[in-house]
Amino acid sequence: MSAPKRPYPGKLIAVEGLDGSGKSTQIYLVKRWLELSGAKVYFTEWNSSVLVKAATSKGKKRQLLTPTTFSLIHATDFADRYERQILPLLRAGFIVLADRYFFTALARDGVRGVDQSWVEKLYSFAVKPDITFYFEVPLEVSLNRILEGRPALKYHEAGLDMGWSTDPYESFRIFQGKILKEYARMKKPYGFTVIDATDEIHVQQARVRKLISEQIDLARFVKRGRN
Amino acid sequence: MKRPRKFFQRPLPELPEANFSGRLFAVEGPDGSGRSTQIAMLAQWLESRGFAVRSMGLRESNLVAEELEQAKKGNILTHSTLSLFYATDFFDKLINEIIPALRAGFIVLADRYVYTLMSRDLVRGADRDWVRNLYGPALVPDAVFYFRVGPRQLVERNFEKNTTLDYWESGMDLGLSRDMFDSFIKYQRLIQVEFARMQAEYGFDVINANMGVDRIQRELRRKVSSLLEIED
Repeated sequence: MSAPKRPYPGKLIAVEGLDGSGKSTQIYLVKRWLELSGAKVYFTEWNSSVLVKAATSKGKKRQLLTPTTFSLIHATDFADRYERQILPLLRAGFIVLADRYFFTALARDGVRGVDQSWVEKLYSFAVKPDITFYFEVPLEVSLNRILEGRPALKYHEAGLDMGWSTDPYESFRIFQGKILKEYARMKKPYGFTVIDATDEIHVQQARVRKLISEQIDLARFVKRGRN
Repeated sequence: MKRPRKFFQRPLPELPEANFSGRLFAVEGPDGSGRSTQIAMLAQWLESRGFAVRSMGLRESNLVAEELEQAKKGNILTHSTLSLFYATDFFDKLINEIIPALRAGFIVLADRYVYTLMSRDLVRGADRDWVRNLYGPALVPDAVFYFRVGPRQLVERNFEKNTTLDYWESGMDLGLSRDMFDSFIKYQRLIQVEFARMQAEYGFDVINANMGVDRIQRELRRKVSSLLEIED
């Protein structure tokens, strides 16, 4: 169950950042770019395993989850996607794009008071990404992007389970502020590639594409019969 | 009397202080070793002595039980996923049921505990340190009674209870043998080897479950009495 040592031909690119950092838009544009150039590409999202999702959403709705079970159920979701999709696709020579990877768990669980070395070890079966783009944004900017439309924030999304504040917006602010600190701490040790997420979308995207082209020989990933 | 509690590796973040007066006794052993019969008898006896008792199995958690059953039926989960799913279920039970009962001063009789879950992961090739870490924030029981039965006797008891061998208790997912009987014997031996290893590490109280029901119960009561410091 330790991380696979055998080399595989695929590449893994992950994006991380606060809610409202624009990372999902950026990874979507990367996906379009790679698809249009004929590359074998696969996209996977945090918390999206069909099988585990039912349990997660039930737990969230009924507020049954505690920090430890919250952490474990997300690890289960990740393991399911990792073992059935991410790893086999890497071995089959795909470029796998991940909207959030286990760094999200480290940040969120850490904020919820779960021991990070414990969480880190839970995820030790997973390979580290070849590139992890971290979309860095000042807290106020990301908060404004999210809160502008006064969205209905979900219980855990707002961090209401932590009891910092009974006001969902205030709780969300506190939660995001704490997550930002966790990301700042992880940047160096995990070798994040930092992208300034206050730049215009196309400027960020140009930078991201350039960095990918420099580090990955994209021609190797073009589907047969396409070149 | 409140007593400080121990965790395997690190405390649970949900427990600011782990002092409670209840006791946690775990009963381990394969299906057919007589665990549930013995637990029912023990609970009755303890209640007759004025103790509040709660018996808990591993399987009845609110959180993921349905999904787990569904996943097991389809046999579609890979190993790490299944381990983590089981661990989620276990910690849900520990945090939301076992610990509140211990706080309230109950004697909790756990029908299987982390050891069963760990042994299942280990025979499926999980990394030992990974598994230890996974259950690191679990509460260490006051005692673990391990019911040991030979694989042959187990087969007999399983057939007395059901007319067929259980897919999972036979470890059919491991591909040890296409033959279910063969697989059952091999799988139970592997589990027993893991238990022997854990016995040394965690200090189980081994009970020879080849004995008759009444003899086992007498031994169990004797052990529990001395732990509770009461007359047998």
